[in-house]
Amino acid sequence: MTPAKTGASITAKTGASTPAKATDAAAGTHAESAAPRLAASGLTLAYDRRVIAEGLDVAIPDASFTVVVGPNACGKSTLLRALARVLRPTAGTVTLDGEKIASWPARKLARTLGLLPQSSVAPEGITVADLVARGRYPHQGLLRQWSREDERVVAESMEATGVAALASRGVDELSGGQRQRVWIAMALAQQTSLLLLDEPTTFLDIAHQIEVLDLCARLHAEGRTVVAVLHDLNQAARYATHLVAMRDGRIVAEGPPAEVVTADRVAEVFGLRCRVIDDPESGTPLVVPAAPAAGSGSSGSPGNVVKVTQV
Amino acid sequence: MSPPPLSRARRFAAAAVLLAAVLALSLAVGARPLGPDEVWRGLTDSGTEAYAVVHQMRLPRTLLGLVVGVALGLAGALMQSLTRNPLADPGLLGINVGASAAVVTAISFLGVTSFAGYVWFAFAGAGAVAVLLYGIGGGRAATPARLALAGAAINAALYSYVSAVQLLDTASLDRMRFWTVGSLAAAQTSTVQKVTPFVLVGVVLAVVLARPLNALAMGDDTARALGARPALVRGTGIAAVTLLCGAATAACGPVVFLGLMVPHLVRAITGPDLRFLLPYSALAAPVLMLGADVVGRVVARPGEVQVGVLTVVLGGPFFLFFVRRRKVAAL
Repeated sequence: MTPAKTGASITAKTGASTPAKATDAAAGTHAESAAPRLAASGLTLAYDRRVIAEGLDVAIPDASFTVVVGPNACGKSTLLRALARVLRPTAGTVTLDGEKIASWPARKLARTLGLLPQSSVAPEGITVADLVARGRYPHQGLLRQWSREDERVVAESMEATGVAALASRGVDELSGGQRQRVWIAMALAQQTSLLLLDEPTTFLDIAHQIEVLDLCARLHAEGRTVVAVLHDLNQAARYATHLVAMRDGRIVAEGPPAEVVTADRVAEVFGLRCRVIDDPESGTPLVVPAAPAAGSGSSGSPGNVVKVTQV
Repeated sequence: MSPPPLSRARRFAAAAVLLAAVLALSLAVGARPLGPDEVWRGLTDSGTEAYAVVHQMRLPRTLLGLVVGVALGLAGALMQSLTRNPLADPGLLGINVGASAAVVTAISFLGVTSFAGYVWFAFAGAGAVAVLLYGIGGGRAATPARLALAGAAINAALYSYVSAVQLLDTASLDRMRFWTVGSLAAAQTSTVQKVTPFVLVGVVLAVVLARPLNALAMGDDTARALGARPALVRGTGIAAVTLLCGAATAACGPVVFLGLMVPHLVRAITGPDLRFLLPYSALAAPVLMLGADVVGRVVARPGEVQVGVLTVVLGGPFFLFFVRRRKVAAL
């Protein structure tokens, strides 16, 4: 825990106005500004012998909010798990700060790169503060138990995610959106400059989805590199600064959302006919699925569309 | 969370006082009841009549109850946490019955009769089951469900073996029956001395494991993301459980229920944090163990009821009541 790192982490108030690049330099990557901190080359990913993806090359731009999208079972969560070293690739390497991620000591890695997996389980009866405090694991040891610093970071993490008022509540009693923010607070308490989130909005209603995504955007604005797997293409296009589109274990396209999200691309990746228009709120690409059985196109009267009912 | 609140420290002190009281009671109660002053003189003054009673019978028995209680309480808490299974007890993973099968084999076929002889068989049996468990349900693909299922299968197979040997070998059935029930009555100072080092190693491992197991409780991916190593933690955990259960089972036979019951009772006070759950379990289990043993000495006078029987008779209904009243925490 260098002072630089502490600066690059929690503090929600000062971070927002800081240019992302400056904070990233503080995190210690200045020397190799050309190479991205987190990258993978020639990755083959498999569960047991079932190959999910082969020959993946991907680079996560520093200080970006990278979102990975793609249809179900395209390998996007698998890629994220490999990037976080939770899954060991069958072939290829993931590098972090120029070193093979496999050679990073476990706790040092956990102080640099955080992952919020889909499969997190809250132990029954645990309080919000206790759960967030478990994010301090990589900063503690047998002889270095709970400290003032831990106390402060946990409090700041809860503050940053808006769950401070829930600190003594049981995690079981919370709503889905609150619970997800608690998990993010736990990942924040790790004080990592890279944060990977696997489908953080799944099972949340629309308002809570936006709430969580706004939080992610703020964490990104504070200087972290955020990588998230998302289901919703429109949300991905709105929040991402860098989009990675996957299909069948391959990366089909990557780049700024405005370049990646085109009608042809959506057809290629998701097999969905659609129009892409400008989001009236944010100006980002907005995917509007084509009406079913539209025949010659979508020029029909609005009345016709309304009458289409779900089968 | 963070620094334990005062009430938690106070409760810990209360539990420690309770344990001291039960220890004193265990020295005083028996076929020849001793008053407090007699117990004290029995401990310190070799000239008195009570000295023989205390030093040859009560003290080893009490110390063994303490050591075995600590071992079983910790083993139960570790196992429930390792398997994320609220019903995991030293029996569920088949480790106890592994020790049991090895000891029965030693008694029946190899003519081993002394503790010094069969303690190693108990470890070998418990260890073999642990390794087998790790081979079947462990390793990289280990999940709580696989581990528990593998344990249940091994448990069933070995239990049949133990029963078969006991049925076929009627000559040693008597000796084995005494041992299979779980009893502190035959405790000797030498047994306590032999079993304690193993339990101490188990205690040290449990201390080291508390935080990693906390990380593991949130799922393997989360644990890895926090910098814990699930396979290593599970391996160490199984080693600790093997030591604790093997030693306890070898010393006084299989005492069931304690490892299942104690962590649940304790969790109601401490919550799921193993940094508190483990030490409280280590305090509470010998209280129940010795409490049951003391009761066993007086309920059937002039005879005795074995502690292994009493933990079930007393613990069973209490546990059912407890489960009914408050939902058993799923881990």
